[in-house]
Amino acid sequence: MIYLTRRYHFPAAHILSDPSLDPEENQRIFGKCANPEGHGHDYEVAVSVTGPIEPETGQIIEPGLLDEIFADTVAARFAHRMLNEVEPFVDQVPTAENISRACHEILEEAVAQRSTARLAHVQVVETEKNFVDQGEL
Amino acid sequence: MLRVTRTIHFSTSLRYWLDDLTEEENRKRFGREADKHGHNYRLDITVAGEPDPQTGMVINLVELKQVAEREIMSRFDHKDLNGDTDYFVSIPPTPEHFATLIFRLLQDALPEGLLDRIRLHASHDLYVDVIGPVE
Repeated sequence: MIYLTRRYHFPAAHILSDPSLDPEENQRIFGKCANPEGHGHDYEVAVSVTGPIEPETGQIIEPGLLDEIFADTVAARFAHRMLNEVEPFVDQVPTAENISRACHEILEEAVAQRSTARLAHVQVVETEKNFVDQGEL
Repeated sequence: MLRVTRTIHFSTSLRYWLDDLTEEENRKRFGREADKHGHNYRLDITVAGEPDPQTGMVINLVELKQVAEREIMSRFDHKDLNGDTDYFVSIPPTPEHFATLIFRLLQDALPEGLLDRIRLHASHDLYVDVIGPVE
């Protein structure tokens, strides 16, 4: 099996809290991440695709096309935004896990629609100390 | 089963260029990649197996280093993929093709079944994984 990965970034703010809980309960579960004013990260997203190597180009996907797909979907939706105000995080806590799931879902559909490749893996790096992997790599 | 990885770095020049196409056709197909350029490649070589009970090693890293030196560094470090090798006459040296070639070279040089995967980084933002076996 062969996979091509590109790394992208988007800066965004978030608050880890469940609106149905009171502030003390959110503080207990999410700690400093529940700060009601929010905080932010420069999220790194490693996007891995697989598929046949196109005979003419020698590529699974043209890297510029993958750049466009990321810019049009994940970056367009999440970059420079307060994630709690953006779907699907209006009623879902924007943890790294849920951000990974959202990126995976959005990119899986877009890669399938716009290329001959298939999304295989997403890694969301929230900070140097914590990251989430989802997929087959 | 454990996986052990050793990383090497090498610097290589290349262009996407097929000899049976005209200059115009090469430029149309490959754009800026048809101009000669270079990369500082990083290669992560991962072997998998059970550690030998006596040595505690999946593979002696000195042996792995020697294989990497012979098969990869001597062929590609400070070399030109188009001018110094015969691998990229009819296929362009994309990261996909280059990684597949590297996997085959290492797979043939190492004890059977030992090589698990490689990750070839063409830059910090772009890498290719090849997970064996590869025919």
